[in-house]
Amino acid sequence: MSGELGIGASAPRTEDRRFITGRGRYVDDINLRSQQYAWFVRSPHPHAEVRGVDAADALKMPGVTAVLTGADMQADGVGPLPVAWGITSRDGSPAFEPEYPALATDRVRYVGNPVAVVVAESRTQARDAAEMVNVDYEELESVSSATAAIEEGAPLIHEGAPGNICFDWEWLPAAMAPDARSNTDKAFEEAAHVVSLELVNNRLVPNAMEPRASLADFNPATGQLTLYTTSQNPHVNRLLLCTATLKMPEHKVRVVAPDVGGGFGSKIYHYAEELTVCWASRRLGVPVKWTAERSESFLADAQGRDHVTRVELALDAEARFTGMRVDTIANLGGWLSAFGPAIPTVFYAPLLAGVYRTPNIYVTVKGVFTNTTPTDAYRGAGRPEACYAVERAVDEAAVQLDIDPAELRRRNFIQPDEFPYQSPVGQLYDSGDFDGCLSLARELNAYERFDERRRQSQAAGKLRGRGMCFYIEACGAAPSQAAGQLGARAGLYEVATVRVHPTGSVQVLTGAHSHGQSHETTFAQIVAERLGIDFGNVEIVHGDTGEIPFGMGTYGSRSLAVGGTALYKALDKVEEKGRKIAAHLLEAEAADIEFTDGQFRVAGTDRAVSFGDVALAAYVPHNYPLQELEPGLEETAFFDPENFTFPSGCYICEVEVDRHTGEVELCDFVAADDFGNIINPMVVEGQVHGGLAQGIGQALLEHCRYTPEGQLLSGSYMDYCMPRADDLPNFVVATRCTPTPFNPLGVKGCGEAGAIGAPPAVINAVLDALRPLGVTHIDMPATPQAVWQAIQAAQSGE
Amino acid sequence: MREFLYYRAGSVRDATKRLGASGNAMLLAGGMTLLPALKMRLNEPKELIDLAGIDELRGVKLTRKGAHIGATTTHAEVAGNVELRAAVPVLPHAAESIGDPQVRNRGTLGGSLANNDPAADYPAVALGLGATIFTNKRRISADDFFTGMFETALGRGEMVTQVLFPIPQRAGYAKFPNPATRYALVGVCVAQFKTGVRVAVTGAGSSVYRLAEFEDALESDFSEVALAGLTTSAANLNDDMHAGAEYRAHLVGVMARRAVTMALD
Repeated sequence: MSGELGIGASAPRTEDRRFITGRGRYVDDINLRSQQYAWFVRSPHPHAEVRGVDAADALKMPGVTAVLTGADMQADGVGPLPVAWGITSRDGSPAFEPEYPALATDRVRYVGNPVAVVVAESRTQARDAAEMVNVDYEELESVSSATAAIEEGAPLIHEGAPGNICFDWEWLPAAMAPDARSNTDKAFEEAAHVVSLELVNNRLVPNAMEPRASLADFNPATGQLTLYTTSQNPHVNRLLLCTATLKMPEHKVRVVAPDVGGGFGSKIYHYAEELTVCWASRRLGVPVKWTAERSESFLADAQGRDHVTRVELALDAEARFTGMRVDTIANLGGWLSAFGPAIPTVFYAPLLAGVYRTPNIYVTVKGVFTNTTPTDAYRGAGRPEACYAVERAVDEAAVQLDIDPAELRRRNFIQPDEFPYQSPVGQLYDSGDFDGCLSLARELNAYERFDERRRQSQAAGKLRGRGMCFYIEACGAAPSQAAGQLGARAGLYEVATVRVHPTGSVQVLTGAHSHGQSHETTFAQIVAERLGIDFGNVEIVHGDTGEIPFGMGTYGSRSLAVGGTALYKALDKVEEKGRKIAAHLLEAEAADIEFTDGQFRVAGTDRAVSFGDVALAAYVPHNYPLQELEPGLEETAFFDPENFTFPSGCYICEVEVDRHTGEVELCDFVAADDFGNIINPMVVEGQVHGGLAQGIGQALLEHCRYTPEGQLLSGSYMDYCMPRADDLPNFVVATRCTPTPFNPLGVKGCGEAGAIGAPPAVINAVLDALRPLGVTHIDMPATPQAVWQAIQAAQSGE
Repeated sequence: MREFLYYRAGSVRDATKRLGASGNAMLLAGGMTLLPALKMRLNEPKELIDLAGIDELRGVKLTRKGAHIGATTTHAEVAGNVELRAAVPVLPHAAESIGDPQVRNRGTLGGSLANNDPAADYPAVALGLGATIFTNKRRISADDFFTGMFETALGRGEMVTQVLFPIPQRAGYAKFPNPATRYALVGVCVAQFKTGVRVAVTGAGSSVYRLAEFEDALESDFSEVALAGLTTSAANLNDDMHAGAEYRAHLVGVMARRAVTMALD
């Protein structure tokens, strides 16, 4: 019996016992005999020629085994770090993809760019020796902001990218929609009202709690390489190691991602450090370990966001949206990270319709090289940027037309009977009930009584504001063929094996990877529900290419929609085979066998065998149809989704602003989300809380800042402000379900929603509070100083 | 972090002797600033002399002269001290605003004063209350103690042993925290004594300082209204990515008024 812990139950997390009692096993907890330690020599300059690396002094230091450089790596035939997604500019030319060596060979392009690695017997020895490596740099002029980098006369970062432009992209492309641009321009010509905004989407540092770490163990006797690494997708890392960088045969490489303490996108990629320790281990014949310091995480983990966007919204006389134009400049950093070119393009523009029926949308995006850490996917990855542009513009329209922001949104919603809905920017939305979500959020917010609360705040000397956001996002990446057409260089299906043991307990091998998502709990709930066995009799195995057939990993809120469905399909196969075995045992036709609550039963009779008995028969096939069926009970399924899934939701928040200090206090936050069906409500709630915290962090606190030349200013928690518990209100979260028809579980994904919807809700609220003082615009993060300055500027009539 | 010798001193005398004998030793109290600096290799002492085992450096005692607080008394101990809460509530209030629970349970009064971080809270309270800092060699008035950014009047081989805070008629400490660090972006301590009013500002300048104009205004009328028209110049104030000098100058006024309100509360 699945007991109380099947689908829909808030099962306590299986993972918690080991995490809370300190029994987790993270990469840095793993230590091997004769292990040595790597320390990276990193560029202190944003942009420089590397004229030489002199390791003589470092090699004399105690404990040092080797000092290796980019030239050594090149000599060993190690390939550059791969770009996983090719983007095509609107003139048909491919994006410029520079060769990105793990250790710089001739030039460094951001502060932190690895130049050499020291391997020594202890970590401290490696670090001491790294200080003795003399790198001869010739500093070059540099630039950190994307808008500055495309100005005439800006320092050129890559010879192959004139004007520092990696790509100049449009959506939909003229080849797919020849009239998209002209129709949109026409909508603006005919508009009764046009709203136009310049928005900055601030750069963020991912800040997973566990810094990145890699331990590589090459066995010269067997030629086998084992890599323990902090990865969200170990099979992808193996694939890239084998095909692009180290070029070893896959059967000789095992990648293990054990317990991983958060990723948020930053642990998707095949990084320079991971590759370098693998190569060093192979070259030196000893295990080599690297664990990032927090300072290195700030410098060397792929960062997020960093857009400058002009968004324009056209409305007709009834305030219906008739057109939208979006022009974005995206900062890609000094090199291309694996998905760097894809995030501000194919993960961004297709969401710019939001939840509205806007018929004409045209988007242009310039991807720009700068002397900063490369950017890539960070929780939400393109969708927060899209949502921010849409929802700020809609709110601005509500203000300018003096329409209640909820009413303006409602007037433009896609209606429930229009699903599946083909958006003008290429997405086929699966399902949604936007009006229902809005009503739920309004109710939870006590929307009608806002004026009362505003008066109370006023009496206490505070300015109260309310903000709203209605997001939609795309999860469950991805239909492989569609992704391939858009430039993806990998498939995006998922894999699951269900291994039924002779006594009926079950092990699941999943290609998804949990680094906070609770797969060990939620996937077990699916198995318990489907097979009618106890939740405790299910073990979920993830994160080891040596055990799991294959997998694409976890990012983009895809685990349940894609990995969960692969599991569901494998369970279908188990059930189907079980039915045949049961039919034999019960001397009936397979077609007459029903499977409910863990019992295979001849329909309409009390003749039944339990799932456990069937499993035993499969492994002890004395009474078994061996002529027709193989013994054993283990099934694998690959699932490639037909479409993305589209969670949506309405967030309403209220703030109080202290006009004397500029301090913004979040008073209330209501989240009404539609994630489709829900496996574990408690886990979903936790995901929403985490996403909201990060979204609020972006809106009010977090900002990765560089000097104009590219020195990182916010390089530690002394300067980079992470949200803390007392920065956040008690969240009121609720869900409303429209199941997706695109997977059998009807699930959509919940991991990124909060980070997508919170920023515009918060900024809309801050502006609502400040408008009485004449403030009409503020960029994220709305820090106390930024708010105070906006008030000062408005009051002095600037 | 680099390798260093660790020495756990048994008494002030022992620590003093050891400090004098070693060429490059540093005193370790709570370590809330020193340990991160060691990890970042910003400090590279040959030896650390740990004061944690010295009982005579720890504790709170109220006398006629005021509140005597031992140098290694933690922020949490000051924040939770019932006698202090009754006699001089500004002290536990300020201590409670420092860092987070972890920091307050490790960080010490003496460590904070000796470090003289330009954004630390305790220097403002020490200067605002006109404290006397006792060392293993002498007594130094707060007015003479804080000499510059991360600089104090402490000489070679000298260590803070105790601080005496006179009890004001009323006092308040208002702080606007840096959102990232929770140090004071600006913190102002206002204290009224029979002999006069003292106003000390932290976070705004290169080191904690007194604000004579504000003191004068409050001497004639200890009320928020007395400060209403007063501003402070942004010249020479700190200007960094968290707050420009103009914003800090503005906050000095706001925090001073709030400190007065607290004092009168």
